[in-house]
Amino acid sequence: MVSDTSAVSELARKIRVQVLRMTHKAKASHVGTSLSIADILAVLYGSVLQIQPTEPESPDRDRLIVSKGHSAAAVYAALAETGFYPRTWLDTYCQDGSRLAGHVTRGVPGVEASTGSLGHGLAIGCGMALGAKRGQNSNRVFVLMSDGECDEGSTWEAALFGPHHRLDNLVAIIDYNKIQSFGSVKEVLDLEPLADKWRAFGWSVQEVDGHDHGQLLDVLGRIPLVEGRPTCVIAHTVKGKGVSFMEHQLAWHYKSPDAEQLREALQELEVRQ
Amino acid sequence: MRTAFIRALREAAATDDRVFLLVGDLGYSVVEPFAQEFPNRFLNIGVAEQNLAGVAAGLASSGKVVFTYSIGNFPTLRCLEHIRNDICYHQADVKIVAVGGGMAYGSLGMTHHATEDLAIMRALPGMEVIAPGDPIETTLATRAIVTRPGPCYLRLGKAGEPVVHDEPPPFTVGKALTLSRGSDVTFVSTGGMLAAAVQAAEQLGQTGFSVGVVSMPTIKPLDADCLRAVAGQCELIVTVEEHNVIGGLGSAVSEVLVGVHGSQVGLKKVGVQDRFYEEIGSQEYLRAQTGLTVEQLVDAAETGLAERRLTNGQPEKPIRKQRESATRGNA
Repeated sequence: MVSDTSAVSELARKIRVQVLRMTHKAKASHVGTSLSIADILAVLYGSVLQIQPTEPESPDRDRLIVSKGHSAAAVYAALAETGFYPRTWLDTYCQDGSRLAGHVTRGVPGVEASTGSLGHGLAIGCGMALGAKRGQNSNRVFVLMSDGECDEGSTWEAALFGPHHRLDNLVAIIDYNKIQSFGSVKEVLDLEPLADKWRAFGWSVQEVDGHDHGQLLDVLGRIPLVEGRPTCVIAHTVKGKGVSFMEHQLAWHYKSPDAEQLREALQELEVRQ
Repeated sequence: MRTAFIRALREAAATDDRVFLLVGDLGYSVVEPFAQEFPNRFLNIGVAEQNLAGVAAGLASSGKVVFTYSIGNFPTLRCLEHIRNDICYHQADVKIVAVGGGMAYGSLGMTHHATEDLAIMRALPGMEVIAPGDPIETTLATRAIVTRPGPCYLRLGKAGEPVVHDEPPPFTVGKALTLSRGSDVTFVSTGGMLAAAVQAAEQLGQTGFSVGVVSMPTIKPLDADCLRAVAGQCELIVTVEEHNVIGGLGSAVSEVLVGVHGSQVGLKKVGVQDRFYEEIGSQEYLRAQTGLTVEQLVDAAETGLAERRLTNGQPEKPIRKQRESATRGNA
């Protein structure tokens, strides 16, 4: 567990490095979306979540559901870098016989729910948060979502549910990188005004720079922002963040870096070859 | 059946504080006693079935036994992928309960007919599928699934189904209940068709046929041992279900029978013939459109047996009366 921003920054950098290596080796897609949440994951796993890598099933642990299951590479990297399992597991990402699938899948220490079909995580999170409330447990439930999955009706079913049942132990974090599968969010199905929508549904909403560790640590360290209300953190992010030629590019939702692109990317992340 | 269900669930909840009941804004005049007795373990999720399934999965992950309750296709087909991914893949302790199986909501129209649910739920890995034959089976099934870990689909009729069993039979999930044995025909029935199957067997028995009845409340896992035994004891099995003949009980039984070496038993599948009902009418009316009345089941057994004996080239045993053609709507 780390608490200062320099340690969080180093964790974020390591997640990015692992994501690039994993997607290169596996020739896997979704590198842009994984880089987009590297800072959020670093803040959560590095500081915010009350979890013990040596006791991943501890009943009073905080839960993190990564509802945008396609950013699995970043999640697996974060779990390895924080000691849930050996880093060598990351070499098996998407390989035959591996435990690490291309979408977040249970059976991996630290993974709370299998995701991959969008719009499932918030409802599961509502159930977990409700279970904690009714069982008088103090743990909190974080759900990391994509902007694209705010297209799903099921997201809004759950968005109605959380405030109605006063689940102030529930936190939805939206990775708002503004690019979904087949175009910009604005062009495909505009979500704006997004913060107003969540406020209108009864959430306590805070917008932050999703790459600013200080801002993320500040807001996620003050949960619940308002007693009796769930929290929605809208994290403004950049798809492909940290690798100049991947930033804001839809193509990196699909492509994987070749050897030369990997070398360039790692150089930008100051990794000695 | 819904009355028997909620009574059994209340009894279970009184001694097992893991039991939760989540409803999808339905259950008026049925679930209120549970809500009053166990307010901390009851929740009306609203008209939001995807959320119903997801919340149930999340709640189950904290050690609860969660029943979800709605009618027709709402708790199943409406949120199918949430059941597949969130409940089945996580082996969550969630029991999905649908009232109105088959055409119980007859004149409300096709949106309210659950006639593919058994097939679809049966295809989900890890999902057990139970359709009790009468209120007694409903009570026993409800009790059984509370303590049986993992996902389950409990498909009920509505209200006022006749009690078929004289006394509670020895009920086990995955086991058939043999009501009677016969050397000519055996009706294998699931869900609320049991009473009609028993009456059809009685009528046939009065005219000299040897007819058995097997109630098959559990469609998955199916009692293959029972079916293999029945296949060796009679000439014809007639499956009876208020459901599409594709994918339901008839399909499940045929999957077992094709694997029985040397079996000569015939199979006739009575049920919905891969269609929606454009006709408007009561459950009774729609059953008649389907070939599911007592008289039609008698016909199905007689014609099936006659066809079977003709095919096998056996000297014709006396059949009560000759039928000109196959019964309407039966396979």
